[in-house]
Amino acid sequence: MAKVTHVKKACTVNPLKMSQPIGAALAFMGLRGAMPLLHGSQGCTSFGLVLFVRHFKEAIPLQTTAMSEVATVLGGYENVEQAILNIHKRTKPEIIGICSTGVTETKGDDVEGYIHLVRERHPELAGLPLVYVSTPDFKDAFQDGWTKAVTRMVEGLVRVPEPGAVRDAGRIAVLPGCHLTPGDLEELRTIIEDFGLRPSFLPDLSGSLDGHIPEDFTPTTIGGIGVDEVASLGEAAWAVAIGEQMRPAAEALRTRAGVPFRLFPRLCGLAAMDEFIMFLSAASGRPVPAKYRRQRGQLVDAMLDGHFHIGGRKLAIAAEPDLLADVAGMLREMGAEISVAVTTAHSPILSGIDTEEVLIGDLEDLERLAGERGCDLLVTHSHGRQAAERLGIPFFRVGIPMFDRLGAGHLLTVGYRGVRDLIFAISNLVIADAEQSHQPTPDSWRLTEEDGATDGAQQKGQAA
Amino acid sequence: MTTLSATIQEVFNEPACAKNAAKSEKERKKGCTKQLQPGGAAGGCAFDGAKIALQPLTDVAHLVHGPIACEGNSWDNRGARSSGPSLWRTGFTTDINETDIVFGGEKRLYKAIREIIEKYDPPAVFVYQTCIPAMTGDDINAVAKAASAKFGKPVIPINAPGFVGPKNLGNKLAGEALLDHVIGTVEPEYTTPYDINIIGEYNLSGELWQVKPLLDALGIRVLSCISGDGRYREVAQSHRAKAAMMVCSKAMINVARKMEERYGIPFFEGSFYGIGDTSDSLREIARLLVSRGAPAELLDRTEALIAREEAKAWASIAPFKPLFAGKRVLLITGGVKSWSVVAALQEAGLEIAGTSVKKSTKEDKERIKELMGEDAHMIEDMTPREMYRMLKDAKADIMLSGGRSQFVALKAAMPWLDINQERHHAYMGYVGMVDLLREIAKTLFNPVWEQVRRPAPWDDPADNWQARALAEIVAPQLAAE
Repeated sequence: MAKVTHVKKACTVNPLKMSQPIGAALAFMGLRGAMPLLHGSQGCTSFGLVLFVRHFKEAIPLQTTAMSEVATVLGGYENVEQAILNIHKRTKPEIIGICSTGVTETKGDDVEGYIHLVRERHPELAGLPLVYVSTPDFKDAFQDGWTKAVTRMVEGLVRVPEPGAVRDAGRIAVLPGCHLTPGDLEELRTIIEDFGLRPSFLPDLSGSLDGHIPEDFTPTTIGGIGVDEVASLGEAAWAVAIGEQMRPAAEALRTRAGVPFRLFPRLCGLAAMDEFIMFLSAASGRPVPAKYRRQRGQLVDAMLDGHFHIGGRKLAIAAEPDLLADVAGMLREMGAEISVAVTTAHSPILSGIDTEEVLIGDLEDLERLAGERGCDLLVTHSHGRQAAERLGIPFFRVGIPMFDRLGAGHLLTVGYRGVRDLIFAISNLVIADAEQSHQPTPDSWRLTEEDGATDGAQQKGQAA
Repeated sequence: MTTLSATIQEVFNEPACAKNAAKSEKERKKGCTKQLQPGGAAGGCAFDGAKIALQPLTDVAHLVHGPIACEGNSWDNRGARSSGPSLWRTGFTTDINETDIVFGGEKRLYKAIREIIEKYDPPAVFVYQTCIPAMTGDDINAVAKAASAKFGKPVIPINAPGFVGPKNLGNKLAGEALLDHVIGTVEPEYTTPYDINIIGEYNLSGELWQVKPLLDALGIRVLSCISGDGRYREVAQSHRAKAAMMVCSKAMINVARKMEERYGIPFFEGSFYGIGDTSDSLREIARLLVSRGAPAELLDRTEALIAREEAKAWASIAPFKPLFAGKRVLLITGGVKSWSVVAALQEAGLEIAGTSVKKSTKEDKERIKELMGEDAHMIEDMTPREMYRMLKDAKADIMLSGGRSQFVALKAAMPWLDINQERHHAYMGYVGMVDLLREIAKTLFNPVWEQVRRPAPWDDPADNWQARALAEIVAPQLAAE
């Protein structure tokens, strides 16, 4: 059981955390024909845009209400109205997702009220869904923005079923956390479909940010779940929430449409996947396909091969709560010791992590503690690169942003074969490091003076 | 905020700005920034601009006073390079929360400065103001002053909160902060008749190091580069330079002009992109130094170096000529680069299908006409769809642009090269231009294009999306003709 501690300092150094509004914006990018809109100064949008472009290596739809200083002081109604009208006219979106930012929250803009007024004044927008989510930058973190946006989508877009309506036994609503990549969603879709079930992902980044070549130019998202499909989620027999962060969205769906849900806190790891597969088997009434029996065997074999390298590793990991619990949990199950764990915000999942303490802090904390505790494996997003270089230990990148390597959108942490390949990738990194930096030499086991060695000259080489 | 708005007015009044000089008093007051359109805007804020302009100072601790968004979403993502310190790549932010907003964040800011000085001991701390503390009234000038007095170290307030305007305004406000608090505060150990400042050069991909060897060879000392691979002390003593070159026409004109006014340092506007421009810039540096008392033989040595280096560059370019015959380039970039690379591309046998002039001044446009003739294809603003058409209609074989438009070309399976700030290659000076042509050749003749353009075997080749998109674009044109 881990104790969760907030690091006390005035200055955050080398931030791990990113802000809520862009977490919410990313969630909207999992809807088809969507245009996320940040209500704030244009920089709020531009920083988020650059971040996602560099991570996904894709064109990113993201707009701004472009609040000036004067507009901020006077209130942002006109900017919100103009932004909606301009986006409607220019990009013909199927939905606009509006996220507030720190500036407009500090002023106290009543965006719900604004949207009401815009609807009254502009009947031509009647068919265009507008979903608003409050996401001040000065509270919470990226993952929370995602959670809030998905919850608002459920509350605003899912149709309440007719009384006595029969559920579609073959349909499953999947609510994935933001720690899953487009590749993860694609893998889950395949697995679920192999049980004869029809999944709907909300949100679905695998349709929009998976790197496919689009059918046509579009300034909005080029795929994802359609508003019509979201509306019908209430007919699903089951909802599956992946990551503790998705509990509020799953609860909202149950409240609104009575859809029962099952929450899987983790999918990275053998036991976690077993549970998921057995749930699908029960929900579909079908036996586990031979393919997955085979893949499970491969994962077990990978764990046997990999434990030689991962076992005993002192892990320093920094990530948002669900990703942290998932990846650190898997490595712990392979015999690594979670020596340092740093995260961005509180979550019920943190206390269950098999380590003494989880810090809410930054990458300066991660680097300092990793050095002090002699860690020999670093896992965090790309911003860990400077720390890894200074520490001189192997570094595996997970999470957003991953701007200095390719394939961020296709890194898998789910599925038997996804976890198998993840174990291979991390093991190979550790092996390469051992080959490069930790080869034995004649001096590796020299006796020291305390051991009774007499020749001082021989001792020099063995300090390392 | 009164001082900030006064500074902004002053920046808008910049007399050395050619665009500004042509305006009426009233127009000038309105400022040089276009009103941003909600829902149709792109680009960074003033804070972003200030950070871009100053972050290349490598030994300074850059502390952002604001919520996590301003630093957490963007840190360590600049392409500048350092020859020494790495502190500039460390992200510092006060990461303010609700309590700081309600009760004020000045205390947290002060403590943050103290923590940085205790832990990292930098020669200076730059404090960047952002929107929220600007709204709630945190006085970063006062905090910086108090911290500076207490810790005996320069703490410099950079007043450019995001919502006062776009990136370009932020560049200039950053310059004002240097003028107010840094430049002229330290005397150099010694001076020479060959001391220059380079203003508005950020050493992206290490480009400065493509040019510095040329200056070294001439015995010219860069007293301060503002701000690429810069050090705090160098900027502080930059007022003793004999001459200055202003590299990016729009970013820091106020710094160059005010340093001329205050310290009598003459400056010129130049570019190190392109062979002719590199030579012109070297000549102008030498001329200004000689006019300030450097021995006249510098001019001859400069000409000799130019002759030698140009000959080497043209010799390296010659082999590209037959390769590039008939190949056409679409150039989508801003300002200086809209013309400064054109000559070298032309010399290598490339044709220019068009060049964008959205961010170019009147002078920039004149230069384009000189190079490309009166009927030069100047593109004011181009939609992705139009860019695509130019590539597809074989009006261009390759597009050179910034990261924003890369997906238009790449998704259309057309060659593309990054020539803006996020690029991984350095293209300055004589060697840089040859490298640019080498990169163009590598991209243009890569066999991958044939592979990626193959239609999927199960698709009808006449009905793929590229064909449909093209039909959609061309049909209305045919109808019009």
